[in-house]
Amino acid sequence: MSTPTTRELLASHAQVLAGRGADGCALRVRAVSKSFGGLKAVQQFALDLPPGGLFGLIGPNGAGKTTCFNLLTGVYKPDQGEITLGERSLVGLRPSAIAAAGLARTFQNIRLFGELSVLENVKLACHLRTTHGLPGSIFRSAWRAAEEAAIYERARALLDVFRLDDRREEAARSLPYGDQRRLEIARALATAPKVLLLDEPAAGMNPQEKKDLRVLIREVREVFGVSILLIEHDMGVVMDLCERITVLDYGMVIAEGPPHEIQKDPKVIEAYLGKE
Amino acid sequence: MSTLQDRAIFHQAQASSGIAAAWRLLWPVLLALAVGVAMQLFLRPNIDPYPVAQLINIGVAIMLAVSLTIVNGFTGQFSIGHAGFLAIGGYACGSISYYTSIAVFGTGAPRLGMLSGAFGAPATAPWITSGEMVFLGALIAGGLLAALLGLAVGLPSLRLRGDYLAIVTLGFGEIVRVLIQQTPQVLTTKAAVEAAPALQVPLSVGGSLGFGNVPKYTSLFWVYAAVVLTLIVAYRLKRSSTGRAMLSIREDEIAAEAMGVNTTYYKVWAFVIAAFFAGIAGGLYAHTLGISLSPNDAGFQKSFDIIIMVVLGGLGSISGATIAAIVVTFLPELLRTPDTLAKFVVVGVPLLVVGISLFMLGGGRKARSLGTEPGVTSVTKVPMRDRSFPRFLIGLGTVIVVLGSLGFVAPRVGINLSDYRLIIFALALIIMMIARPQGLLGVRELWEGALYRPIVRFFRPGHGGRA
Repeated sequence: MSTPTTRELLASHAQVLAGRGADGCALRVRAVSKSFGGLKAVQQFALDLPPGGLFGLIGPNGAGKTTCFNLLTGVYKPDQGEITLGERSLVGLRPSAIAAAGLARTFQNIRLFGELSVLENVKLACHLRTTHGLPGSIFRSAWRAAEEAAIYERARALLDVFRLDDRREEAARSLPYGDQRRLEIARALATAPKVLLLDEPAAGMNPQEKKDLRVLIREVREVFGVSILLIEHDMGVVMDLCERITVLDYGMVIAEGPPHEIQKDPKVIEAYLGKE
Repeated sequence: MSTLQDRAIFHQAQASSGIAAAWRLLWPVLLALAVGVAMQLFLRPNIDPYPVAQLINIGVAIMLAVSLTIVNGFTGQFSIGHAGFLAIGGYACGSISYYTSIAVFGTGAPRLGMLSGAFGAPATAPWITSGEMVFLGALIAGGLLAALLGLAVGLPSLRLRGDYLAIVTLGFGEIVRVLIQQTPQVLTTKAAVEAAPALQVPLSVGGSLGFGNVPKYTSLFWVYAAVVLTLIVAYRLKRSSTGRAMLSIREDEIAAEAMGVNTTYYKVWAFVIAAFFAGIAGGLYAHTLGISLSPNDAGFQKSFDIIIMVVLGGLGSISGATIAAIVVTFLPELLRTPDTLAKFVVVGVPLLVVGISLFMLGGGRKARSLGTEPGVTSVTKVPMRDRSFPRFLIGLGTVIVVLGSLGFVAPRVGINLSDYRLIIFALALIIMMIARPQGLLGVRELWEGALYRPIVRFFRPGHGGRA
């Protein structure tokens, strides 16, 4: 799916990341709760995502899955509970700081930078790992030039992996739906994350695209060395991909386990289909 | 909060040579000096005083429009108090240079060098005078003070969004205006300055009577050197990771945060940089012959003039804002004289040239075939060109034809068209907005049209003109 040089480049970045003390970097969530007024959106949410894990988060509509993502990424501040990435607590950090700590996400309703080109979308996300800053931008320091060149290389490599390189000059808004979803993943990976949160990556995709997506997600985990947590409604995708699944209903975790157990769990069946 | 270790993953990147870096730092300054010197020494002696005054106005307007583009265009905030920074910069700069002149030289009269003065200096003038050094220092100080105020206003208010921020900035402009109204009278002699309490001296800027005593140094040299620097800084900002971060805030603030962009940081910086250049523009304006700074220069009328330029040019386009600043400053002046069908051609033809290059903006986006790899989504239709362009042309044509025929008919039926110039101008704006709401250039630059793409490709292979 990609040229050897591209993969080498990305693998080298993955190694750089690993060298940053990212080993043993698990995402650990303990007893996180959040309510909006009287509505208890999420209660006592817990999760343990080991390094390199590929876990799923499912539940009926309105169960609080996306709220969980928003809590993890700092869009909402949890009322109580503990979120740590490796040794570091993420509670109370602003979303950009959480992204810097190594947690990247995609959005359920795609949130690309529509007017910017595909390439610029990815380059922007690379920005996080640069050090030249504002004076470097204005005075065009040599360091900035070097970093810009590195960003360009990396962005092109990422687009290559996601088969978007041919369309890099187009406005992100003008891409077809499936391409926009892939671009969101590429953009999230450009921030060089340790943990990747995917919010309904298969939504709106046709069966062929879904099939490709499964291959892609597995490959992303290998090449980039990230652990992945995904929200997904398509049970085919979830049961096939995920090692463990957490099921939410009305903001509470009702089941947690490997796919074959989850499929048989009476509580899960009840949540999805109702009681007989 | 992120540590440096979090960030630097590009440490393999190799730095280029020091000479190249020094050159990148130096050439904008050299270019600014060259353009300024050329304007003052070669253009100015060959044109009338009236166009010189117009050119100075246009230069100041370009600085204001481009600086506001950084806030309203790049980061997508809606600041409507930009004139506040203009006034702060103008008054601070004027006060510093005027009272320093009195204290050091004993008089507030300018000491013109070869490059200063709207209508040139006496032939015997030296190249550079001590007065000009004071002026330069005052300009920078005025800009810095405006920037500091930008920080003071921006820090608490940039957490707000849209309308709320607009109200705060509007309030800021009005506060500046009212504060300036309350200032004491200008001290005109050295004796008066020495008699007044030391703290009161720099604040004596005339209140509602205006502040016209500022030494009149501003010339085409000063204005256009500053314009060139402003344009280069704004463009470098836009085409850098910082600029991308700012643009991403405008596109989607939540996604920008999620991608690690500290939105508050960039919004505040955009505000500060914009305030700095507005302050410099204010300083230049204050030192212009025939201008008497007044509290109204901080009012929202002035702010709206700048916003019109930015919106017309296309929010986020530096070249668009520049063109709009030229047109918006020049057009009402042009309408002042009613006899000028020919003059409409002067405006219309360049606009058409711009229009044609715009026409090509969409042309380069043809989707190339992606081959037949399995699973690749088939290429859907990509807009070949900007569809609103025909409407833009029609709008533009209508404006030119209507204005032209008005200019032709009105004198023959005894109407003095120049009485109605502001109405005509407003109508032109309305038609423009209906025909092309995204402004002249949208977020892109003039040279990003397909017309110029081959040239850009030639000089920067592999970058495709948008990198």
